[in-house]
Amino acid sequence: MIAFQNVSKIYLGHSPALEDVTFRVNRGEFVSIVGRSGAGKSTIIKLLIGEEKPTKGRVFFGQYEVNKVRDNDLPALRRHIGIVFQDFRLLPQKTAYENVAFALEVAGRPQSEIDELVPQVLDMVGLSDKLNNFPHELSGGERQRVAIARAMVHRPEVIIADEPTGNLDPINTWDIINLLLKINELGTTLMLATHDRDIINQLERRVVTLDHGKVIRDEEKGKYILI
Amino acid sequence: MVTVISRIIHYGFKNFWRNGLLSTATVAIVSLCLVVFAGLILANTTSSRLIGFLQDKIDISAYFKTNTPEDEILAVKSALEKLPEVKSVDYISTEEALAIFKARHENDPAFSQSLEELNSNPLEASLNIKAKDPKNYEVVAEYLKNPDIAQYLATDNPVTYYNKQAAIDRLAGIITGVDRIGLVLTILLSLVAGLVVFNTIRLVIYSNRDEISIMRAVGASNTFVQGPYLMEGLIIGVISAVASLLFIFLGFLLVPLFYPGVTALGIPDFSLFGYFGSNFFSILMYQVLFGVGLTVISSLVAVKKYLRN
Ligand SMILES: Nc1ncnc2c1ncn2[C@@H]1O[C@H](COP(=O)(O)OP(=O)(O)OP(=O)(O)O)[C@@H](O)[C@H]1O
Ligand SMILES: [Mg+2]
Repeated sequence: MIAFQNVSKIYLGHSPALEDVTFRVNRGEFVSIVGRSGAGKSTIIKLLIGEEKPTKGRVFFGQYEVNKVRDNDLPALRRHIGIVFQDFRLLPQKTAYENVAFALEVAGRPQSEIDELVPQVLDMVGLSDKLNNFPHELSGGERQRVAIARAMVHRPEVIIADEPTGNLDPINTWDIINLLLKINELGTTLMLATHDRDIINQLERRVVTLDHGKVIRDEEKGKYILI
Repeated sequence: MVTVISRIIHYGFKNFWRNGLLSTATVAIVSLCLVVFAGLILANTTSSRLIGFLQDKIDISAYFKTNTPEDEILAVKSALEKLPEVKSVDYISTEEALAIFKARHENDPAFSQSLEELNSNPLEASLNIKAKDPKNYEVVAEYLKNPDIAQYLATDNPVTYYNKQAAIDRLAGIITGVDRIGLVLTILLSLVAGLVVFNTIRLVIYSNRDEISIMRAVGASNTFVQGPYLMEGLIIGVISAVASLLFIFLGFLLVPLFYPGVTALGIPDFSLFGYFGSNFFSILMYQVLFGVGLTVISSLVAVKKYLRN
Protein backbone atom coordinates (compact mmCIF):
# COMPACT_ATOMS: atom_id res chain seq x y z
CA MET A 1 0.00 0.00 0.00
CA ILE A 2 3.08 2.24 0.42
CA ALA A 3 5.86 2.18 -2.13
CA PHE A 4 9.01 4.25 -2.61
CA GLN A 5 10.57 3.82 -6.06
CA ASN A 6 14.15 5.05 -6.50
CA VAL A 7 13.42 8.12 -4.43
CA SER A 8 16.06 10.80 -3.93
CA LYS A 9 15.58 14.00 -2.00
CA ILE A 10 17.99 16.88 -2.01
CA TYR A 11 16.97 19.90 0.06
CA LEU A 12 18.01 23.02 -1.83
CA GLY A 13 21.69 23.64 -1.33
CA HIS A 14 22.25 20.65 0.93
CA SER A 15 23.78 17.21 0.47
CA PRO A 16 21.24 14.49 -0.37
CA ALA A 17 18.87 13.56 2.50
CA LEU A 18 17.69 10.45 0.63
CA GLU A 19 19.42 8.60 -2.16
CA ASP A 20 17.75 6.05 -4.41
CA VAL A 21 15.45 4.70 -1.71
CA THR A 22 13.22 1.80 -2.73
CA PHE A 23 10.92 -0.20 -0.47
CA ARG A 24 7.34 -1.28 -0.21
CA VAL A 25 5.00 -1.72 2.74
CA ASN A 26 1.99 -4.02 2.59
CA ARG A 27 -1.37 -3.48 4.20
CA GLY A 28 -1.36 -4.46 7.88
CA GLU A 29 2.42 -4.50 8.27
CA PHE A 30 4.33 -3.01 11.21
CA VAL A 31 7.52 -1.49 9.82
CA SER A 32 10.23 0.33 11.73
CA ILE A 33 12.44 2.82 9.96
CA VAL A 34 15.72 2.96 11.77
CA GLY A 35 18.73 5.20 11.42
CA ARG A 36 20.94 7.70 13.15
CA SER A 37 19.96 11.29 13.56
CA GLY A 38 19.96 12.89 10.13
CA ALA A 39 19.72 9.57 8.28
CA GLY A 40 16.52 10.67 6.55
CA LYS A 41 13.70 9.07 8.57
CA SER A 42 11.60 12.20 8.89
CA THR A 43 12.23 13.00 5.24
CA ILE A 44 10.59 9.71 4.25
CA ILE A 45 7.53 10.68 6.26
CA LYS A 46 7.41 14.19 4.77
CA LEU A 47 7.51 12.72 1.27
CA LEU A 48 4.74 10.27 2.14
CA ILE A 49 2.33 12.97 3.32
CA GLY A 50 3.26 15.31 0.48
CA GLU A 51 4.86 17.91 2.71
CA GLU A 52 7.97 17.70 0.52
CA LYS A 53 8.35 16.62 -3.11
CA PRO A 54 10.98 14.07 -4.09
CA THR A 55 13.83 15.34 -6.22
CA LYS A 56 13.75 12.04 -8.10
CA GLY A 57 11.63 8.91 -8.07
CA ARG A 58 8.02 8.17 -7.19
CA VAL A 59 6.10 7.76 -3.94
CA PHE A 60 2.88 5.76 -3.84
CA PHE A 61 0.25 5.60 -1.16
CA GLY A 62 -2.87 3.55 -1.82
CA GLN A 63 -4.34 4.86 -5.06
CA TYR A 64 -2.34 8.10 -4.86
CA GLU A 65 0.95 8.83 -6.57
CA VAL A 66 1.95 11.29 -3.86
CA ASN A 67 4.58 13.20 -5.85
CA LYS A 68 1.87 14.09 -8.38
CA VAL A 69 -0.94 15.01 -6.00
CA ARG A 70 -1.94 18.64 -6.36
CA ASP A 71 -1.85 20.89 -3.29
CA ASN A 72 -5.64 21.04 -3.17
CA ASP A 73 -5.90 17.25 -2.94
CA LEU A 74 -3.31 16.80 -0.21
CA PRO A 75 -5.82 17.21 2.65
CA ALA A 76 -7.85 14.27 1.34
CA LEU A 77 -4.68 12.18 1.13
CA ARG A 78 -3.67 13.13 4.66
CA ARG A 79 -6.98 12.02 6.08
CA HIS A 80 -5.98 8.47 5.14
CA ILE A 81 -2.83 8.81 7.24
CA GLY A 82 -2.57 9.39 10.97
CA ILE A 83 0.62 11.05 12.18
CA VAL A 84 2.18 11.00 15.63
CA PHE A 85 5.14 13.23 16.46
CA GLN A 86 7.89 13.09 19.03
CA ASP A 87 6.77 16.41 20.56
CA PHE A 88 3.05 15.40 20.65
CA ARG A 89 1.90 18.67 19.01
CA LEU A 90 -1.21 19.06 21.11
CA LEU A 91 -2.89 22.44 21.37
CA PRO A 92 -2.17 23.63 24.92
CA GLN A 93 -5.38 25.60 25.35
CA LYS A 94 -7.59 22.64 24.38
CA THR A 95 -8.52 19.65 26.55
CA ALA A 96 -7.71 16.07 25.56
CA TYR A 97 -11.24 15.76 24.22
CA GLU A 98 -11.03 19.03 22.25
CA ASN A 99 -7.65 18.17 20.79
CA VAL A 100 -9.04 14.97 19.31
CA ALA A 101 -12.30 16.64 18.26
CA PHE A 102 -10.30 19.34 16.49
CA ALA A 103 -9.02 16.82 13.93
CA LEU A 104 -12.59 15.97 12.96
CA GLU A 105 -13.81 19.58 13.10
CA VAL A 106 -11.27 20.83 10.60
CA ALA A 107 -12.05 17.91 8.32
CA GLY A 108 -15.62 19.25 8.22
CA ARG A 109 -17.17 16.21 9.92
CA PRO A 110 -20.61 16.72 11.49
CA GLN A 111 -20.92 17.39 15.18
CA SER A 112 -22.92 14.22 15.82
CA GLU A 113 -20.08 12.11 14.47
CA ILE A 114 -17.58 14.02 16.63
CA ASP A 115 -19.66 13.43 19.75
CA GLU A 116 -19.71 9.74 18.98
CA LEU A 117 -16.15 9.06 17.81
CA VAL A 118 -14.04 11.12 20.20
CA PRO A 119 -15.00 9.32 23.45
CA GLN A 120 -14.57 6.02 21.59
CA VAL A 121 -10.95 6.59 20.56
CA LEU A 122 -10.02 8.18 23.87
CA ASP A 123 -11.42 5.11 25.57
CA MET A 124 -9.37 2.92 23.26
CA VAL A 125 -6.13 4.62 24.29
CA GLY A 126 -7.16 4.33 27.93
CA LEU A 127 -7.93 7.95 28.67
CA SER A 128 -11.67 7.87 29.23
CA ASP A 129 -11.17 9.36 32.69
CA LYS A 130 -8.99 12.26 31.49
CA LEU A 131 -11.19 13.71 28.73
CA ASN A 132 -11.25 17.18 30.22
CA ASN A 133 -7.60 17.46 31.21
CA PHE A 134 -5.47 20.01 29.45
CA PRO A 135 -2.13 18.79 28.06
CA HIS A 136 -0.23 20.34 30.97
CA GLU A 137 -2.38 18.25 33.32
CA LEU A 138 -1.27 15.02 31.59
CA SER A 139 1.94 12.99 31.80
CA GLY A 140 4.15 12.66 28.72
CA GLY A 141 2.83 9.18 28.02
CA GLU A 142 -0.75 10.37 28.37
CA ARG A 143 -0.12 13.27 26.03
CA GLN A 144 1.26 10.92 23.45
CA ARG A 145 -1.84 8.74 23.84
CA VAL A 146 -4.01 11.78 23.15
CA ALA A 147 -1.93 12.39 20.04
CA ILE A 148 -2.40 8.77 18.98
CA ALA A 149 -6.13 9.05 19.58
CA ARG A 150 -6.13 12.14 17.37
CA ALA A 151 -4.22 10.28 14.66
CA MET A 152 -6.66 7.35 14.85
CA VAL A 153 -9.90 9.21 14.92
CA HIS A 154 -10.20 9.41 11.13
CA ARG A 155 -9.81 5.61 11.01
CA PRO A 156 -6.74 6.02 8.78
CA GLU A 157 -5.34 3.11 6.80
CA VAL A 158 -1.87 3.83 8.11
CA ILE A 159 -0.43 5.43 11.21
CA ILE A 160 3.01 6.97 11.01
CA ALA A 161 4.84 7.62 14.25
CA ASP A 162 7.99 9.75 14.05
CA GLU A 163 10.02 8.93 17.18
CA PRO A 164 6.86 8.85 19.30
CA THR A 165 8.80 7.76 22.39
CA GLY A 166 11.71 10.15 22.06
CA ASN A 167 10.50 12.29 24.96
CA LEU A 168 9.29 9.46 27.20
CA ASP A 169 10.76 7.36 30.02
CA PRO A 170 11.11 3.58 29.45
CA ILE A 171 7.80 2.64 31.10
CA ASN A 172 5.78 5.15 29.12
CA THR A 173 7.75 4.14 26.04
CA TRP A 174 6.51 0.58 26.28
CA ASP A 175 2.94 1.72 26.98
CA ILE A 176 3.03 3.62 23.73
CA ILE A 177 4.68 0.84 21.74
CA ASN A 178 2.13 -1.67 23.06
CA LEU A 179 -0.66 0.69 22.12
CA LEU A 180 0.75 0.96 18.60
CA LEU A 181 1.00 -2.84 18.39
CA LYS A 182 -2.63 -3.11 19.48
CA ILE A 183 -3.70 -0.63 16.82
CA ASN A 184 -1.72 -2.60 14.25
CA GLU A 185 -3.41 -5.84 15.33
CA LEU A 186 -6.78 -4.20 14.70
CA GLY A 187 -5.74 -3.86 11.06
CA THR A 188 -4.03 -0.48 10.69
CA THR A 189 -0.68 -0.40 8.89
CA LEU A 190 2.04 1.04 11.11
CA MET A 191 5.24 2.87 10.27
CA LEU A 192 7.50 3.69 13.18
CA ALA A 193 10.58 5.87 12.81
CA THR A 194 12.94 5.48 15.72
CA HIS A 195 16.53 5.12 16.82
CA ASP A 196 15.66 3.36 20.05
CA ARG A 197 17.72 0.13 20.07
CA ASP A 198 15.65 -1.60 22.79
CA ILE A 199 12.38 -1.11 21.01
CA ILE A 200 13.70 -2.52 17.75
CA ASN A 201 15.36 -5.48 19.33
CA GLN A 202 12.30 -6.50 21.34
CA LEU A 203 9.70 -5.80 18.65
CA GLU A 204 10.93 -8.51 16.28
CA ARG A 205 9.14 -6.89 13.37
CA ARG A 206 10.30 -5.70 9.99
CA VAL A 207 13.12 -3.11 10.09
CA VAL A 208 14.27 -0.83 7.27
CA THR A 209 17.64 0.64 8.16
CA LEU A 210 18.77 3.94 6.71
CA ASP A 211 22.26 5.33 6.70
CA HIS A 212 23.15 8.67 5.15
CA GLY A 213 19.97 8.61 3.12
CA LYS A 214 20.41 5.08 1.76
CA VAL A 215 18.57 1.89 2.65
CA ILE A 216 21.35 -0.37 3.87
CA ARG A 217 19.22 -3.20 5.25
CA ASP A 218 15.61 -4.35 5.03
CA GLU A 219 14.77 -7.42 7.10
CA GLU A 220 11.73 -9.20 8.50
CA LYS A 221 12.27 -9.53 12.29
CA GLY A 222 15.18 -7.11 12.07
CA LYS A 223 17.65 -6.11 14.74
CA TYR A 224 19.21 -2.77 15.47
CA ILE A 225 22.71 -3.11 14.06
CA LEU A 226 23.90 0.49 13.81
CA ILE A 227 26.68 1.54 16.13
CA MET B 1 -21.47 22.95 4.25
CA VAL B 2 -23.33 24.84 6.97
CA THR B 3 -21.13 23.10 9.54
CA VAL B 4 -18.00 24.10 7.66
CA ILE B 5 -19.05 27.75 7.31
CA SER B 6 -20.16 28.06 10.91
CA ARG B 7 -16.86 26.58 12.11
CA ILE B 8 -14.88 28.96 9.93
CA ILE B 9 -16.86 31.90 11.28
CA HIS B 10 -16.28 30.60 14.79
CA TYR B 11 -12.52 30.26 14.26
CA GLY B 12 -12.42 33.71 12.67
CA PHE B 13 -14.06 35.30 15.70
CA LYS B 14 -11.79 33.34 17.99
CA ASN B 15 -8.72 34.69 16.26
CA PHE B 16 -10.21 38.16 16.49
CA TRP B 17 -10.85 37.86 20.26
CA ARG B 18 -7.66 36.06 21.11
CA ASN B 19 -5.63 38.93 19.66
CA GLY B 20 -7.92 41.57 21.10
CA LEU B 21 -5.45 44.41 21.35
CA LEU B 22 -4.14 43.89 17.84
CA SER B 23 -7.68 43.60 16.47
CA THR B 24 -8.77 46.79 18.22
CA ALA B 25 -5.83 48.75 16.87
CA THR B 26 -6.52 47.43 13.38
CA VAL B 27 -10.20 48.33 13.59
CA ALA B 28 -9.19 51.82 14.74
CA ILE B 29 -6.98 52.38 11.70
CA VAL B 30 -9.47 50.94 9.23
CA SER B 31 -12.33 52.97 10.68
CA LEU B 32 -10.23 56.12 10.54
CA CYS B 33 -9.77 55.44 6.84
CA LEU B 34 -13.52 54.83 6.48
CA VAL B 35 -14.36 58.04 8.36
CA VAL B 36 -12.32 59.97 5.83
CA PHE B 37 -14.01 58.05 3.02
CA ALA B 38 -17.47 58.88 4.37
CA GLY B 39 -16.31 62.45 4.94
CA LEU B 40 -15.51 62.54 1.25
CA ILE B 41 -19.02 61.38 0.35
CA LEU B 42 -20.62 63.88 2.72
CA ALA B 43 -18.39 66.73 1.56
CA ASN B 44 -19.25 65.93 -2.04
CA THR B 45 -22.95 66.02 -1.34
CA THR B 46 -22.68 69.24 0.61
CA SER B 47 -20.58 71.01 -1.97
CA SER B 48 -22.78 70.00 -4.88
CA ARG B 49 -25.81 71.20 -2.91
CA LEU B 50 -24.01 74.42 -2.08
CA ILE B 51 -23.00 75.06 -5.67
CA GLY B 52 -26.50 74.24 -6.86
CA PHE B 53 -27.96 76.58 -4.31
CA LEU B 54 -25.63 79.41 -5.30
CA GLN B 55 -26.16 78.81 -9.02
CA ASP B 56 -29.82 79.16 -8.37
CA LYS B 57 -29.19 82.54 -6.79
CA ILE B 58 -27.75 83.96 -9.99
CA ASP B 59 -30.25 85.93 -11.94
CA ILE B 60 -30.59 89.04 -13.99
CA SER B 61 -32.72 91.80 -12.63
CA ALA B 62 -33.88 94.28 -15.23
CA TYR B 63 -35.19 97.47 -13.58
CA PHE B 64 -37.66 99.56 -15.49
CA LYS B 65 -38.02 103.32 -15.34
CA THR B 66 -40.86 104.24 -12.99
CA ASN B 67 -42.92 105.70 -15.79
CA THR B 68 -42.92 102.52 -17.89
CA PRO B 69 -46.46 101.28 -18.47
CA GLU B 70 -47.11 97.88 -16.95
CA ASP B 71 -48.28 96.51 -20.34
CA GLU B 72 -44.84 97.10 -21.80
CA ILE B 73 -43.16 95.33 -18.96
CA LEU B 74 -45.48 92.35 -19.28
CA ALA B 75 -44.82 92.28 -23.03
CA VAL B 76 -41.09 92.12 -22.38
CA LYS B 77 -41.75 89.40 -19.82
CA SER B 78 -43.62 87.17 -22.23
CA ALA B 79 -41.02 87.83 -24.94
CA LEU B 80 -38.30 86.74 -22.54
CA GLU B 81 -40.24 83.65 -21.53
CA LYS B 82 -40.25 82.57 -25.16
CA LEU B 83 -36.44 82.46 -25.26
CA PRO B 84 -35.24 78.88 -25.07
CA GLU B 85 -32.42 79.83 -22.67
CA VAL B 86 -34.76 81.28 -20.07
CA LYS B 87 -36.03 79.18 -17.19
CA SER B 88 -38.33 81.66 -15.49
CA VAL B 89 -39.20 85.33 -15.37
CA ASP B 90 -40.71 86.93 -12.29
CA TYR B 91 -42.43 90.26 -12.46
CA ILE B 92 -42.02 92.44 -9.43
CA SER B 93 -44.32 95.44 -9.66
CA THR B 94 -43.52 98.71 -7.92
CA GLU B 95 -46.01 97.84 -5.19
CA GLU B 96 -44.41 94.51 -4.60
CA ALA B 97 -40.99 96.07 -4.59
CA LEU B 98 -42.21 98.48 -1.95
CA ALA B 99 -43.68 95.68 0.16
CA ILE B 100 -40.42 93.76 -0.04
CA PHE B 101 -38.45 96.84 0.84
CA LYS B 102 -40.68 97.59 3.80
CA ALA B 103 -40.47 94.04 5.05
CA ARG B 104 -36.71 94.10 4.79
CA HIS B 105 -36.41 97.33 6.79
CA GLU B 106 -39.19 96.59 9.21
CA ASN B 107 -36.97 97.20 12.20
CA ASP B 108 -35.50 100.35 10.80
CA PRO B 109 -37.84 103.24 11.64
CA ALA B 110 -35.67 105.75 9.77
CA PHE B 111 -36.32 104.05 6.44
CA SER B 112 -40.06 103.65 6.81
CA GLN B 113 -40.36 107.21 7.98
CA SER B 114 -38.52 108.63 5.01
CA LEU B 115 -40.64 106.48 2.69
CA GLU B 116 -43.81 107.82 4.16
CA GLU B 117 -42.52 111.37 3.82
CA LEU B 118 -41.90 110.79 0.11
CA ASN B 119 -45.58 110.09 -0.33
CA SER B 120 -45.01 108.38 -3.64
CA ASN B 121 -43.41 105.07 -4.52
CA PRO B 122 -39.81 105.64 -5.66
CA LEU B 123 -39.12 101.98 -6.36
CA GLU B 124 -38.76 100.59 -9.84
CA ALA B 125 -40.62 97.60 -11.17
CA SER B 126 -38.34 94.82 -12.28
CA LEU B 127 -38.15 91.51 -14.09
CA ASN B 128 -36.22 88.82 -12.38
CA ILE B 129 -34.85 86.44 -14.99
CA LYS B 130 -33.37 83.02 -14.35
CA ALA B 131 -31.58 81.15 -17.11
CA LYS B 132 -31.51 77.41 -17.48
CA ASP B 133 -27.75 77.40 -17.41
CA PRO B 134 -25.38 80.02 -16.03
CA LYS B 135 -23.75 80.27 -19.45
CA ASN B 136 -27.02 81.53 -20.93
CA TYR B 137 -26.98 84.82 -19.04
CA GLU B 138 -24.92 86.43 -21.71
CA VAL B 139 -27.63 85.70 -24.29
CA VAL B 140 -30.24 87.20 -21.98
CA ALA B 141 -28.11 90.27 -21.32
CA GLU B 142 -27.58 90.71 -25.06
CA TYR B 143 -31.30 90.43 -25.64
CA LEU B 144 -32.01 93.16 -23.08
CA LYS B 145 -29.72 95.55 -24.99
CA ASN B 146 -32.20 95.49 -27.86
CA PRO B 147 -33.26 99.19 -28.18
CA ASP B 148 -36.96 98.28 -28.05
CA ILE B 149 -36.44 97.11 -24.53
CA ALA B 150 -33.46 99.17 -23.49
CA GLN B 151 -35.41 102.37 -23.82
CA TYR B 152 -37.50 101.43 -20.79
CA LEU B 153 -34.70 100.23 -18.63
CA ALA B 154 -33.52 102.26 -15.68
CA THR B 155 -29.88 101.53 -16.28
CA ASP B 156 -27.87 100.63 -19.35
CA ASN B 157 -26.20 97.79 -17.59
CA PRO B 158 -28.77 95.97 -15.54
CA VAL B 159 -26.70 92.99 -14.78
CA THR B 160 -24.23 92.00 -12.09
CA TYR B 161 -24.19 88.29 -12.75
CA TYR B 162 -20.62 88.24 -14.02
CA ASN B 163 -19.24 88.92 -10.57
CA LYS B 164 -21.41 86.33 -8.92
CA GLN B 165 -20.47 83.71 -11.49
CA ALA B 166 -16.80 84.40 -11.01
CA ALA B 167 -17.18 83.98 -7.25
CA ILE B 168 -19.04 80.73 -7.70
CA ASP B 169 -16.42 79.46 -10.10
CA ARG B 170 -13.75 80.25 -7.57
CA LEU B 171 -15.72 78.43 -4.85
CA ALA B 172 -16.21 75.45 -7.15
CA GLY B 173 -12.47 75.46 -7.76
CA ILE B 174 -11.75 75.41 -4.04
CA ILE B 175 -14.25 72.61 -3.51
CA THR B 176 -12.72 70.55 -6.32
CA GLY B 177 -9.35 71.07 -4.69
CA VAL B 178 -10.65 70.00 -1.29
CA ASP B 179 -12.32 66.97 -2.89
CA ARG B 180 -9.07 66.03 -4.53
CA ILE B 181 -7.19 66.31 -1.24
CA GLY B 182 -9.89 64.14 0.34
CA LEU B 183 -9.51 61.58 -2.42
CA VAL B 184 -5.74 61.48 -2.09
CA LEU B 185 -6.09 61.21 1.68
CA THR B 186 -8.56 58.34 1.28
CA ILE B 187 -6.22 56.51 -1.08
CA LEU B 188 -3.24 57.02 1.22
CA LEU B 189 -5.18 55.93 4.28
CA SER B 190 -6.53 52.92 2.39
CA LEU B 191 -2.97 51.88 1.62
CA VAL B 192 -1.94 52.31 5.23
CA ALA B 193 -5.05 50.51 6.50
CA GLY B 194 -4.51 47.73 3.97
CA LEU B 195 -0.94 47.27 5.14
CA VAL B 196 -2.01 47.25 8.77
CA VAL B 197 -4.64 44.59 8.10
CA PHE B 198 -2.10 42.58 6.13
CA ASN B 199 0.33 42.76 9.02
CA THR B 200 -2.32 41.87 11.59
CA ILE B 201 -3.32 38.76 9.67
CA ARG B 202 0.34 37.90 9.22
CA LEU B 203 0.90 38.14 12.98
CA VAL B 204 -2.18 36.07 13.76
CA ILE B 205 -1.05 33.42 11.29
CA TYR B 206 2.36 33.48 12.93
CA SER B 207 0.97 33.11 16.44
CA ASN B 208 -1.24 30.25 15.24
CA ARG B 209 1.53 28.42 13.42
CA ASP B 210 1.35 25.36 15.70
CA GLU B 211 -2.36 25.09 15.23
CA ILE B 212 -1.97 25.51 11.49
CA SER B 213 0.66 22.78 11.23
CA ILE B 214 -1.60 20.45 13.21
CA MET B 215 -4.50 21.30 10.93
CA ARG B 216 -2.34 20.44 7.96
CA ALA B 217 -1.17 17.19 9.54
CA VAL B 218 -4.69 15.99 10.29
CA GLY B 219 -5.82 16.81 6.77
CA ALA B 220 -7.76 20.03 7.17
CA SER B 221 -8.84 21.34 3.77
CA ASN B 222 -7.49 24.66 2.55
CA THR B 223 -10.89 26.18 3.16
CA PHE B 224 -10.44 25.33 6.82
CA VAL B 225 -6.85 26.44 7.04
CA GLN B 226 -7.30 29.73 5.19
CA GLY B 227 -10.96 30.52 5.77
CA PRO B 228 -10.66 31.79 9.35
CA TYR B 229 -8.16 34.48 8.32
CA LEU B 230 -10.32 35.75 5.48
CA MET B 231 -13.22 35.66 7.93
CA GLU B 232 -11.18 37.70 10.38
CA GLY B 233 -10.54 40.27 7.64
CA LEU B 234 -14.26 40.35 6.95
CA ILE B 235 -15.02 40.84 10.64
CA ILE B 236 -12.52 43.69 10.87
CA GLY B 237 -14.08 45.31 7.81
CA VAL B 238 -17.66 45.11 9.07
CA ILE B 239 -16.83 46.28 12.59
CA SER B 240 -14.78 49.15 11.19
CA ALA B 241 -17.60 50.21 8.89
CA VAL B 242 -20.06 50.31 11.76
CA ALA B 243 -17.52 52.03 14.03
CA SER B 244 -16.79 54.68 11.40
CA LEU B 245 -20.48 55.59 11.20
CA LEU B 246 -20.63 55.74 14.99
CA PHE B 247 -17.72 58.17 14.97
CA ILE B 248 -19.42 60.29 12.34
CA PHE B 249 -22.64 60.23 14.31
CA LEU B 250 -20.72 61.34 17.40
CA GLY B 251 -19.17 64.05 15.28
CA PHE B 252 -22.61 65.27 14.30
CA LEU B 253 -23.61 65.37 17.95
CA LEU B 254 -20.47 67.03 19.26
CA VAL B 255 -19.30 69.45 16.58
CA PRO B 256 -22.44 71.65 16.63
CA LEU B 257 -21.92 72.10 20.39
CA PHE B 258 -18.75 74.01 19.58
CA TYR B 259 -19.64 75.43 16.16
CA PRO B 260 -23.43 75.85 16.09
CA GLY B 261 -24.97 75.71 12.65
CA VAL B 262 -21.90 74.38 10.94
CA THR B 263 -23.62 71.32 9.49
CA ALA B 264 -26.28 73.36 7.70
CA LEU B 265 -23.67 75.59 6.00
CA GLY B 266 -26.34 78.24 5.55
CA ILE B 267 -28.05 76.29 2.77
CA PRO B 268 -31.79 76.47 3.36
CA ASP B 269 -33.71 73.17 3.47
CA PHE B 270 -30.49 71.23 3.79
CA SER B 271 -28.91 69.68 6.81
CA LEU B 272 -25.94 67.38 6.49
CA PHE B 273 -27.15 65.43 9.50
CA GLY B 274 -30.56 65.07 7.88
CA TYR B 275 -28.89 63.81 4.72
CA PHE B 276 -26.81 61.39 6.81
CA GLY B 277 -29.93 60.17 8.57
CA SER B 278 -32.08 59.68 5.50
CA ASN B 279 -29.29 58.01 3.53
CA PHE B 280 -27.99 56.07 6.50
CA PHE B 281 -28.39 52.64 4.95
CA SER B 282 -26.84 53.46 1.61
CA ILE B 283 -23.92 55.16 3.37
CA LEU B 284 -23.58 52.12 5.63
CA MET B 285 -23.58 49.93 2.54
CA TYR B 286 -20.81 52.00 0.93
CA GLN B 287 -18.79 51.84 4.14
CA VAL B 288 -19.22 48.09 4.49
CA LEU B 289 -18.42 47.47 0.82
CA PHE B 290 -15.33 49.65 0.90
CA GLY B 291 -14.21 48.45 4.33
CA VAL B 292 -14.76 44.77 3.65
CA GLY B 293 -13.22 45.05 0.19
CA LEU B 294 -10.13 46.64 1.68
CA THR B 295 -9.71 44.21 4.58
CA VAL B 296 -10.60 41.03 2.74
CA ILE B 297 -8.18 41.83 -0.08
CA SER B 298 -5.44 42.53 2.47
CA SER B 299 -6.06 39.31 4.36
CA LEU B 300 -6.26 37.40 1.09
CA VAL B 301 -2.81 38.67 0.17
CA ALA B 302 -1.49 37.72 3.63
CA VAL B 303 -3.08 34.27 3.43
CA LYS B 304 -1.73 33.62 -0.05
CA LYS B 305 1.71 34.73 1.04
CA TYR B 306 1.97 32.97 4.40
CA LEU B 307 -0.42 30.02 4.18
CA ARG B 308 0.79 28.05 1.22
CA ASN B 309 0.92 24.31 1.72
N1 LIG C 1 13.84 21.48 5.48
C1 LIG C 1 15.10 21.08 5.33
N2 LIG C 1 15.99 21.87 4.67
C2 LIG C 1 17.27 21.47 4.51
N3 LIG C 1 17.76 20.32 4.95
C3 LIG C 1 16.94 19.48 5.64
C4 LIG C 1 15.58 19.82 5.86
N4 LIG C 1 15.00 18.83 6.55
C5 LIG C 1 15.96 17.90 6.76
N5 LIG C 1 17.13 18.29 6.20
C6 LIG C 1 18.37 17.52 6.19
O1 LIG C 1 18.10 16.26 5.62
C7 LIG C 1 18.76 15.24 6.33
C8 LIG C 1 17.79 14.19 6.83
O2 LIG C 1 16.94 14.78 7.79
P1 LIG C 1 15.77 14.00 8.53
O3 LIG C 1 15.02 14.99 9.32
O4 LIG C 1 15.04 13.20 7.53
O5 LIG C 1 16.59 13.06 9.50
P2 LIG C 1 16.05 12.06 10.63
O6 LIG C 1 16.53 10.73 10.26
O7 LIG C 1 14.60 12.26 10.83
O8 LIG C 1 16.87 12.57 11.90
P3 LIG C 1 16.38 12.62 13.43
O9 LIG C 1 16.55 11.25 13.96
O10 LIG C 1 17.33 13.58 14.06
O11 LIG C 1 14.99 13.09 13.44
C9 LIG C 1 19.52 15.92 7.46
O12 LIG C 1 20.88 16.08 7.02
C10 LIG C 1 18.86 17.26 7.58
O13 LIG C 1 19.81 18.24 7.97
MG1 LIG D 1 13.38 13.00 12.42
